[in-house]
Amino acid sequence: MSIIWKEKEEEVTKLLTENMQFYGYRRPDGRVGVRNHVLILPTITCATQTARRVTELVSGTVTFIHQHGCAQVGIDYDQTFRTYAGMGKNPNVYGVIVLGLGCETHQANRVATEIAKTNKPVEVVSIQDHGGTLQAIAETAKIAVKMVQDASIVKRELCDFSELIVGTECGGSDACSGLSANPAVGKASDLLVEQGGTAMLAETTELIGAEHLLATRAANDQVAIKAYQIIGAMENRSIQMGVDIRTGNPSPGNLEGGISSLEEKSLGAATKSGSSRLEEIVDYAEVPTKKGLVWMDTPGHDIEQLTGMVAGGAQIVLFTTGRGTPTGSPIAPVIKISTNTPMFERMIENMDLDAGSIVDGKESVDQVGNRILREIQHVANGKLTKAEILKQHDFGIWRIGPTF
Amino acid sequence: MEEYKTLYLSEKDNVAVALSEIPANVSVAIRNNGKEIIVQVLEPIRFGHKFAVRLIKKSEDIKKYGEVIGAAVMDIEAGAHVHVHNLEGKRGRGDKIVN
Repeated sequence: MSIIWKEKEEEVTKLLTENMQFYGYRRPDGRVGVRNHVLILPTITCATQTARRVTELVSGTVTFIHQHGCAQVGIDYDQTFRTYAGMGKNPNVYGVIVLGLGCETHQANRVATEIAKTNKPVEVVSIQDHGGTLQAIAETAKIAVKMVQDASIVKRELCDFSELIVGTECGGSDACSGLSANPAVGKASDLLVEQGGTAMLAETTELIGAEHLLATRAANDQVAIKAYQIIGAMENRSIQMGVDIRTGNPSPGNLEGGISSLEEKSLGAATKSGSSRLEEIVDYAEVPTKKGLVWMDTPGHDIEQLTGMVAGGAQIVLFTTGRGTPTGSPIAPVIKISTNTPMFERMIENMDLDAGSIVDGKESVDQVGNRILREIQHVANGKLTKAEILKQHDFGIWRIGPTF
Repeated sequence: MEEYKTLYLSEKDNVAVALSEIPANVSVAIRNNGKEIIVQVLEPIRFGHKFAVRLIKKSEDIKKYGEVIGAAVMDIEAGAHVHVHNLEGKRGRGDKIVN
C-alpha cells in the first residue's frame, strides 16, 4: 500500500491510477472514522466546565468549551442544534455522552436522540437530575470509562479514499497563500476527487470576488445560482451594517502580508478548490449528499468554519496559513500547511507541512499537492497532527441570530 | 542589474508581486509567457506586496490573477507600491451605501 515518496512529476500520474486506501474505523451507520474518540458533548455553556473535568479524569475522551445552548430561537436554534448533533455523528467519534444542565433550550435528550440515529453508543447525563456538579462528573466519568474501553477494542479496517470528506481552509493568509499552499491544496483536492472522495471548500466570505469562477464550474444551474445567492447573502450582511467589509476581513495580519482587498484574498482562497466540478453547495454543518467537490456556506472566521465542516462530517481538515495559527479540532485532525518557509521554521511545533518550497522555486504546485495527499493517507492511518498533539481543541458555532 | 524575484501572474494584470525585498529606485524584470518588461520600482516593496507595472488611472480596475482585486483611488505611477493607501475593494462596501 505504501509507496516510497519520490520527488518526480510521474508520481502524480501514479497517484491518479493507484487506488488509495487507509485503515479506518467503520461505524454502525457505514461511515468511516480516522479517529476513535469518546465525546463528552455539553449542549449548554453551564455544562462545559463539568465536561472538561471529565476529560481530565478519563483518558480517550474529548470535549469543547462554548458559550451557547440557551435562549436561542428559530434558524439560529436549528443551526446550533445541527452543529452539536453533527459533532456527535462525525465518524471520528466512537460514542457520545451528552451532558446537559437540565433547563436549557438545547435539551441534551433531543441532541442525544438525533445522534443515536447513527446507532453509535449515546448516553445522557444532566447536572440537575444527578444532584449537582460532583455527582454529574462522577456519573459521566463512570459511563466514559466503559465507553473508552469498548472503543479501544474496535479494529481499524482497510477503506477506500472515497470514504473521506476532507475540509479545506485557509487562515492567517499572506500574499503567498494564493501562490503556494492554496493551489497545492487545490491539487490535493483534485487528486482526492479523482479517488472518489469528497473535498469541501468553505468560507463564503473569502470567496466574494471569485464566485464567477466557481459558478462556471457548477455541475448544474441550481448549484451556479446558489453560488451567487450565498455570496450575495454574505455580502449583504456588511451592506446592512453599513460598513466596509475590509474593516474585518482581510485582517490586519493579512494586510501586513500584502493582501489589499477582500477580492484579492478571495481569488487566492478559491485556488484551494482546484479545478474539479462543483457538485453541491450545503448549509453550515450539513453533511454533503454528493461526493466530489462541495462548498459549505460558512463565514471566513477560522474556528466557525472548521466547526461547521467537522459537524458536516469532515474526518480530516487541510489548513493553509501564512502568518501561522495553532488551530485544531477536538474531533478531526487538522493538517497545517505553511505558505512560506520562514514561518514554517519559526512555528515548527504548529506546522505539519511546508509549501514555501513553491515560492522558492524548489518544488512545483503538483509536487506539493502530491505530498499533501500522502499526508492525508498517513494521518488517516493514525499519524498525529501537531494540533492534536498540542490538544488544540477549538470549537465555535456560526450564530445567525441574537440570544434572547 | 541585480535580480529581484517577482511574480507577474497574467498579462491582463497591472500589478506584479515582489517575491523578495525590493529597495527603492531599482529596475526589476517581470516576466509572463516568455515576455519580459522592465519596471523602475519607485519605493521599497516588501516581500508579498504589489507594485504597479504601468500607470493606473484613478478609478481604474486593479487586476491580479487576471481578475479584479479592487480599484485605484488615485493615479498610481508605474513602479509605485499598490496597497490599501491607493487601492480600495469594490465588494462588501456597506460604507458606500447612501440612505
